[in-house]
Amino acid sequence: MSTLEIKDLHVSIDTEQGTKEILKGVSLTIRTGETHAIMGPNGSGKSTLASTIAGHPRYNVTGGTITLDGEDVLAMSVDERARAGVFLAMQYPVEVPGVTMTNFLRTAKTAIDGEAPKLRTWTKDVKDAMQQLRIDADFAQRNVNEGFSGGEKKRVEILQLELFKPKFAVLDETDSGLDVDALKVVSEGVNRAHATGNMGTLLITHYTRILRYIKPDFVHVFVNGQVVEEGGPELADRLEEEGYDRYAGAAGTATAAAAVQA
Amino acid sequence: MTAEITTEKARIGAPSIAGFTEEGEGLVSAKVDHSHNHGVTVMSSRAERLTSFDVADFALPTGREEEWRFTPVRGLANLFSDAGTDEAAAALTVEAPEGYVRSALAQGAAPRGTVLTPADRAAVVASANTDEALHVVIPADAEPAEPVRILVDGAGAGRRSNAHFVLEAGANSRSVVIVEHTGAADHNGNLEVIVGDGAHLTVISVQLWEDDARHLGQHDAQVGKDAVYKHIAVSLGGSVVRLNSNVRFSGEGAEAELLGLYFADAGQHLEHRSFVDHNVANCKSNVLYKGALQGKNAHTVWVGDVLIQKQALGTDSYEKNQNLVLTDGCRADSVPNLEIETGLIEGAGHASSTGRFDDEHLFYLMARGIPEDVARRLVVRGFLNEIIQQIKVPALEERLTAEVERELVANEN
Repeated sequence: MSTLEIKDLHVSIDTEQGTKEILKGVSLTIRTGETHAIMGPNGSGKSTLASTIAGHPRYNVTGGTITLDGEDVLAMSVDERARAGVFLAMQYPVEVPGVTMTNFLRTAKTAIDGEAPKLRTWTKDVKDAMQQLRIDADFAQRNVNEGFSGGEKKRVEILQLELFKPKFAVLDETDSGLDVDALKVVSEGVNRAHATGNMGTLLITHYTRILRYIKPDFVHVFVNGQVVEEGGPELADRLEEEGYDRYAGAAGTATAAAAVQA
Repeated sequence: MTAEITTEKARIGAPSIAGFTEEGEGLVSAKVDHSHNHGVTVMSSRAERLTSFDVADFALPTGREEEWRFTPVRGLANLFSDAGTDEAAAALTVEAPEGYVRSALAQGAAPRGTVLTPADRAAVVASANTDEALHVVIPADAEPAEPVRILVDGAGAGRRSNAHFVLEAGANSRSVVIVEHTGAADHNGNLEVIVGDGAHLTVISVQLWEDDARHLGQHDAQVGKDAVYKHIAVSLGGSVVRLNSNVRFSGEGAEAELLGLYFADAGQHLEHRSFVDHNVANCKSNVLYKGALQGKNAHTVWVGDVLIQKQALGTDSYEKNQNLVLTDGCRADSVPNLEIETGLIEGAGHASSTGRFDDEHLFYLMARGIPEDVARRLVVRGFLNEIIQQIKVPALEERLTAEVERELVANEN
């Protein structure tokens, strides 16, 4: 049983107009076996939270803490966080020239586990996981994300989630840009990883659509860098009907009026 | 295509972050009859470029000439001067089976001058100032177990060295020749290669110069009927290296592969030019140069010319250059030129791409637990390995892999 605890997190970025505060005091606690959905309009800071947990250098933490079983995550480098068990499925996975998927997956697995995976079982694990996510076998010989479609990139993110077996998975708008079939395939992958019982999930999404396939235990509504409402799965249903409009006033943003699509 | 990498900051969350900008084109058979040219060329055809044994025919380059426009010519006066080799400028060692090294070839003594006619100022002064050209002959049908090695070891920066090597691979022989450059000098080196009918010859020119060496070279090959010629240029050291690898054919069914690998770091100028002259029907050629750049004012140039002459029916040719830019402040110039005078060919294509390894790539790999130094090595090794594995001389492959790693480490510190 592990706990990822975010306490009063304040994050800013440097822009041409100066420093801009994006997260204004976020607190969340995620435990092994739990699925938390973070929902909110565009620009509310959802993705900033995801990238900050992973340690992207663009985001400056100005206050608060993130701990994993009491260990200070903010003091860790990006790779140390990953090795500690934090996985970020990225919204825009990057194409990495010169590195094949096969080489990348094996190198990452070796780094995370601290030892090289046994070749025979590893090859089979990769092949099976690819099959389940309906990723063509020839992707293994292609460079990481190079020339992959948006949907293919998302599937490859979930492939890594299944192979690396993190303690906590942060899914940053994994559902965006996916058609219904791809959404199902990807959701099944997340559910398989979750079903191992060794993972906590933080699911960041704009739309309630993915919540038909991945059932959250907790829903947090994010507006203007803060959690404005929390509840169980029933909160997602309400958002589906009412959208984020009613939070606009509460959080002081008129721009947060994004529709929630079915 | 010229790709100049500036200090653009990586952005997160931008879907447009891509590993490569790419342009490419595949022209396949049928009715293709046009000249395709990305560069600025004043001549109507690559074939019209001046070649001559007379130094007076080549003025001192000013940098405005098409073939010198990327090169830092101002610092190269010592290499352009019509001057002999300084005393003990470079040590020459040849490791070859007995009888392979013949008596030196004087000016005008065939086969010297039958394949290579100097095509620029550096080559003509090298030729004119080399009275005794090394002549190595691999006998017909011979298959030497070990590569023939020609070692040029420069004795010191600024020392003028001229060289002209003549290499003959006899009919149906199978061999590898390594020309290795170490130490430092101002070296002008010509290499003239005659590949006999049915022979398989791999020439690997390795530039492991010290930081203050400068090297200009023209490597010309003529490939016989059904012969297979592979030229691999590996440039890691030296302050300025400019190597022109040219090939033409003397019989049908021949294949030529011109490969290159370079890694430029701060202040280094590594330039490679290739010219495949499809002057004979039914020959194949493939050109692939890959380079990495790292550090302020690291500059690489690749200019790849392919000419498919009217009579070269059934030609199959492809050329590609890929550059990987590892830091800000580098410049990679890449210019593929393809001239096609007949449409009755199997294929002709070219591609050029220059990609950057930037903070977003690094973040992605590190977010998967991979430490920064491993991530960099992973990317560069993966990228350059495509050329290294073509060398097929294990000891040299290992050595070059280690040299590439050393370049990476040197730049991290």
